[in-house]
Amino acid sequence: MASDRIFGLVVLFTALAYFAGATQIQTGFMSDPVGPKTFPYLVSGAAALAALVLIFKPDPDPAWPATRTLANMGIAVVVLVAYAYLLKPLGFIVPTILAAGILSYQIEPRAKTAALSGVGLAIGLFIVFRFALGLSLRAFPHGWGL
Amino acid sequence: MDTLANLALGFSVALSPYTLMLAVIGCFLGTIIGALPGLGPSNGVAILIPITFTLGLDATSALVLMTSVYYGAMYGGRISSILLNIPGDEPALMTTLDGYPMAKAGRAGDALVLSGVASFVGAFLATVGLMLLAPMLARVAYLFGPAEYFALYLLAFCTLGGMASNNQAKSAIASCIGLGIAMIGVDNNSGIPRLTGGNMHLADGVDFLVAIVGLFAIAEIFFFIESHGKGTAIGVKLDKVTIPWKDIFDCKWTMLRASVVGFFAGILPGAGASLGSFMAYMSEKAIAGKKGGFGTGVARGVAAPEAGNNSAAGGALVPMLTLGVPGSGTTAVLLALLMTLNITPGPTLFTDRPEVVWGLIASLLIANVVLLLMNVPMVKVFVKILSVPPALLLPGVTMISFVGIYSLSGSYFDLLLMVAFGVLGYFLRKLDVPTVPVILGILLGGQMENALRRAMVLSDGDPMFLISSPIAIGLWIAAIAGFIAPMFLRGLLRKPQALTD
Repeated sequence: MASDRIFGLVVLFTALAYFAGATQIQTGFMSDPVGPKTFPYLVSGAAALAALVLIFKPDPDPAWPATRTLANMGIAVVVLVAYAYLLKPLGFIVPTILAAGILSYQIEPRAKTAALSGVGLAIGLFIVFRFALGLSLRAFPHGWGL
Repeated sequence: MDTLANLALGFSVALSPYTLMLAVIGCFLGTIIGALPGLGPSNGVAILIPITFTLGLDATSALVLMTSVYYGAMYGGRISSILLNIPGDEPALMTTLDGYPMAKAGRAGDALVLSGVASFVGAFLATVGLMLLAPMLARVAYLFGPAEYFALYLLAFCTLGGMASNNQAKSAIASCIGLGIAMIGVDNNSGIPRLTGGNMHLADGVDFLVAIVGLFAIAEIFFFIESHGKGTAIGVKLDKVTIPWKDIFDCKWTMLRASVVGFFAGILPGAGASLGSFMAYMSEKAIAGKKGGFGTGVARGVAAPEAGNNSAAGGALVPMLTLGVPGSGTTAVLLALLMTLNITPGPTLFTDRPEVVWGLIASLLIANVVLLLMNVPMVKVFVKILSVPPALLLPGVTMISFVGIYSLSGSYFDLLLMVAFGVLGYFLRKLDVPTVPVILGILLGGQMENALRRAMVLSDGDPMFLISSPIAIGLWIAAIAGFIAPMFLRGLLRKPQALTD
C-alpha cells in the first residue's frame, strides 16, 4: 500500500514539475497551432491523473529486500557511477577489475571468485573488444602505451 | 508471384558467405543469450546494438546479425525454462508449466528437442505469414494520414498497457515516463531546446539505446544482488538426447494451431509474444480438456507455448515493419536497431528499400533453419553454458553494456544516464510497473507528437480532425477497448503461476 502511494506521490510531483517546465518552453515565431508545449502538457496531465488513481487505489506492497541488501545495491550504484567517471581517464583494465570484482562479490560474497572474475573479465573483454571487434578502447591511462 | 520474386531478391542479398557466417554467429550468440537466466531477447539484443553499430556493419549485415540473435534468443529461452524452471523472459513463462515437470520426470532431452522443433514450426510459419501479410498491410498503411498515425500510436500504448501490467494506472504512468523523456531535447519544429533544465548534454535528447540498455541490462544486476544469484543451479540432469519422433508427430496439429494463434496475437500492436504463448497454451489446454493433463508435463504443453511464442515473435514484425509500431518489447528493441541504422519502418520501406525488407525476411528463414540444425545436436553445449555462475555473468553483462554505450558516444554522461535508468528499472519492476511502455514511449514519442502537430496544421487546430476518418475512428475505439477490456477480463486472462518445488 505505502509503496504505491509513495510512488504515486513521486510521479505526481514529477508531473507537476514537468508541467511547470513545459510552461517555460520558448515558442518560435513561426509556430504551428499545437506548438511545442501542448504535448508535454498532455503527457504530464495523463501522468498526474494516473498517479492520483494509484494514490487512491494502491496495490499491495512488493517484498522489499532487507536493509543490508539495499545498502549493497547502494554500493553497486556508487561503483557503477564511479566506473562511468573513471573509464575514460584510467583506461579499461584497472576500473574494470575493480568494478567487476566488487559487483561479483556482491552477487556472491566469495573473495576469490570475485577477484578472479574481475581480472578475468577485464583482460578477456579487453582482448575481445580491442582485437576481435576492433573497438578503440584504451587499456591504461594516457601515456602508458596501449 | 510477386512474393517469390521479392523473396529471390531477399535471398540474393542475404545468401552470401559473409552474411551466412553472421547468421550462424548470431544464432549461436542468441541461443546462449536466451538460455542464460536473467538475459532474454530484449536485453540480449539491446546490449549488442551499440557494439554492432560501432563495428560499422552495413544495414543488411547488421540486420541479419541482430535478427539471428533475436530468433536465437527466442529459441534459447526454452532451455532455462525447461531445465531450471526459470523463464529467460516473459513469453517463456508458459513453457515452464509443462517443460519443467517433463524434465523432472527424466525427459529433459525429449522436452528440449520437441520444443526446438515447435520453435522452428512456429517461427517458420510466422515468417511465411509475414511475407504474405506485410505487403498487404503496407498498402493499407498508405491510406494513413497524421490523424490515423496518432490514433495508431495511441492504440499501441493502450493495448501494450492493457496487456503488460495488472494495473492500468501503472502502465499509463510507464507510457507517460517514456513519452515525457522523448520530449527532452531540441524541438523538431522550432529548433529550440526544451525541458533540458539547461543541461547541455540533454540538448540532443536522451538516446533510446541508453534507456534500453539501462532499463533492461543494468536493472538486472540489482535483481541478482537482491537474490544473491540463488536459484540458478541446474536442478535436473540431462542424459542422452534422442529425437522423440513420436511426440513430434503427435504434436503436429498442436504446433500448427499454436502457430496460427500466436501469429495473430503477435500482430496486435503492443501485445506481442507474451500474449502469443499464453493464448496458444490456453487454447490447446481447452482443446485437450481435463484428460490432456496440461501442467503435469505433457508433450503438447511444451509444443504449444513454444510454437506460439516464436510465431508471435514473427507476427510482431508485421506492425513493426509496415507501420513502425512494434508489437513487443523485443521488436521495440529491433525498431531501435532500425532507427540506429537510419532505416525508417513504415509502408514506404517496402517500396523504397525492398532489399532491406526482403533481405530481413530471407535472413529470418535462414536463421530459422540454422537454429534448428544447431539446436538439436548441440543442445548439450548450450546446457553447459547454463552453469556459468551469475557472479561472473552479471558483471560481464554490465561491462559489455558500459563499453557498448561508451563506444557509441564516448561520453561519461550517457553512462551516468544508463546507470540512472538501471536504478529506475529496478524500482519500476519492483513496483510491478512494466518497463516496455517506457521504451516504446521514448522510441515513438517524437513521431507521435509530430503526427499530432501535422494533423493540427492540416485541420487548422480543430481537434475533431483526429477522429474524422473511418480508420481513425476504428483505431480510437480499438485503443479504448484495448485499455479498458483487460480490466474486466483480468480474471479470465490471469496468468498461471510458475510451479514451485
